[in-house]
Amino acid sequence: MAEANASGAGAGRRNIFKTLEFDTRLLGMVGAFILVCIVFNVLTDGRFLTPRNIFNLTIQTVSVAIMATGMVFVIVTRNIDLSVGSLLATCSAMMAITQTQLLPGLGLDYGNPVIAPAAIVVGLVTGGLIGAFQGWIVGYLAVPAFIVSLGGLLVWRNVAWYLTSGQTIGPLDDSFQTLGGIGGTLGVTGSWIFGVLATVVACAAIAQARKARINHEFPVKPLWAEGLLMALTAVAILGFVAILNAYEVPSRVLRRAFEARGETMPEGFTAGYGIPYSVLLLIAVAVVMTVVALRTRLGRYIFATGGNPEAAELSGINTRLLTVKVFAIMGVLCALAGMVASARLSFHSNDIGTLDELRVIAAAVIGGTALAGGIGTIYGAILGALIMQSLQSGMAMVGVDAPFQNIVVGVVLVLAVLIDILYRKRTGDA
Amino acid sequence: MADRTGAPLVEMRDVSVSFGGIKAVDHVTVDLYPGEVVGLLGHNGAGKSTLIKCLSGAYRMDSGEILIDGEKVEINNPRDARRYNIETIYQTLALADNLDAASNLFLGRELVSPTGLVDDAQMEAETRKIMGRLNPNFRKFQDPVKALSGGQRQSVAIARAVYFNARILIMDEPTAALGPQETQMVAELIEQLKAQGIGIFLIEHDIHNVMKLCDRASVMKNGQLVGTVNVKEVTDEDILGMIILGKHPHH
Repeated sequence: MAEANASGAGAGRRNIFKTLEFDTRLLGMVGAFILVCIVFNVLTDGRFLTPRNIFNLTIQTVSVAIMATGMVFVIVTRNIDLSVGSLLATCSAMMAITQTQLLPGLGLDYGNPVIAPAAIVVGLVTGGLIGAFQGWIVGYLAVPAFIVSLGGLLVWRNVAWYLTSGQTIGPLDDSFQTLGGIGGTLGVTGSWIFGVLATVVACAAIAQARKARINHEFPVKPLWAEGLLMALTAVAILGFVAILNAYEVPSRVLRRAFEARGETMPEGFTAGYGIPYSVLLLIAVAVVMTVVALRTRLGRYIFATGGNPEAAELSGINTRLLTVKVFAIMGVLCALAGMVASARLSFHSNDIGTLDELRVIAAAVIGGTALAGGIGTIYGAILGALIMQSLQSGMAMVGVDAPFQNIVVGVVLVLAVLIDILYRKRTGDA
Repeated sequence: MADRTGAPLVEMRDVSVSFGGIKAVDHVTVDLYPGEVVGLLGHNGAGKSTLIKCLSGAYRMDSGEILIDGEKVEINNPRDARRYNIETIYQTLALADNLDAASNLFLGRELVSPTGLVDDAQMEAETRKIMGRLNPNFRKFQDPVKALSGGQRQSVAIARAVYFNARILIMDEPTAALGPQETQMVAELIEQLKAQGIGIFLIEHDIHNVMKLCDRASVMKNGQLVGTVNVKEVTDEDILGMIILGKHPHH
């Protein structure tokens, strides 16, 4: 911005960030994440930052991260949803029953291509309806979200239990399982194509935003800053793709795949996994939710209502219906998370998603979502989920005892919020 | 001077509102003509804010009717009020502190691009235009409004009311939180808006502002209307007598 340029080169580093218009909070989180990674990498003699572990970290994060994006909306509107882990279980149970019992009962054989999509639709509808129902109780009947979702935590956990009689249901449909992580990836070439496309789209978006500002004669960042931003984006996206591509499929798995097709594997043949479909799904969710948050009326109303509910209402916003929509979105995301979680396990288990509500809320809060409402970002919540997962798997790799793992995660949660509060006090950004 | 020969712009007839048995507004009738400022006066709790919130759609009246241009209308929520070009500047300003000026100005009426996404650049451009007129010193278009001073916040709230071609403007103590210079700015704005034929209901405590800005004054006490007077024909003592004692002046 023009002002940032004019303020002189005195305070060097801060000014660079200011010129780039980087969110300092985001920088702090990325810094914390990198620190966690480096510390664990040292403690594990370099085993933490291997392509294999990074691959595993990303697929372990997906389920919680998907739900955390929805939790941002819930918390921004000054609500809370404690039922997400249980709702995930109910959706997962519905999807598992649909594909292993209902559809085969209707004469659709195992492996029929209709099974996976049909099961997913059933799951999404279940999640959306239950979410909307809880949102209706919160919005129209004015029961506090804490209570509604606390009740929901008990109800939906046990609805799932009742539906499945507490049994593990599986194995799930083969194509359904590809959404779980390692069972379905884009492959090296596909991942590179995706990476390049994503880079082009991201750079085009940056250029487009600049053009819009120039058209309206608003102040813009200097050209080098935009260029640097594009370069960083490209490095981040392509670097991520390169790491996931570097994780090679074990040769015995490859050999089996060739044998299944009735071929023999050529000597010295290797293949990388590339981007898992579940991670693509998370990326898609992140993009859609970010667009909703920043560029749609719905998102604007969500943040306005969180900032000042009375003002939102006086501006003609139907805040009750808005609550229903926010909880419905949360429910749909629980279903998506349940799909990924059960696909990764290859079956539905009775305890799926247990305690996920706490992980999801912690991810959103570590990611800078303020419980007072009105403030929060989608990318923050995803980063929060990634930091939590890194801590947990890092400690497991180091061999920290299970009780200490949870103690550390709990302490980190409180510390993260404390630091955020201190930061906001200092910047006057309360 | 406003022309009071035709049909009034707004007529609130025999309006009553009660909260749990307490009559906050008790059979009150007020009206407003184009190009006129009507002051609504009274102690705290006299019922003036409640009365006016029926017009802005924030409350529903229990009985009575509202006429606009002589025709009966139903105002059940703020959206209805906006449809009749009734704009309100609330005492609390009703701004979402976490959003920037443009988002607040267009809250509930966002400009969208052909893709259906909100057009922030266009909204910022419009905001810069109207703020250039109302408060030329305003620069903080990127900051959330909580980072603004009282006067700047007030000008955002005023801009929101003025931007959408208001015909009827409700101002609830617009100068309460302002310094002398900003108060002068609001006074000039009110003159400007009057000249454009906009009718203004002004809730005001400062008797000097009333004498200076209002054409007529309707005084309320304990939920009832004490009376409506032409400000030119009475003294500030008379009006104070109406507010404090509920006494109609006998000239």
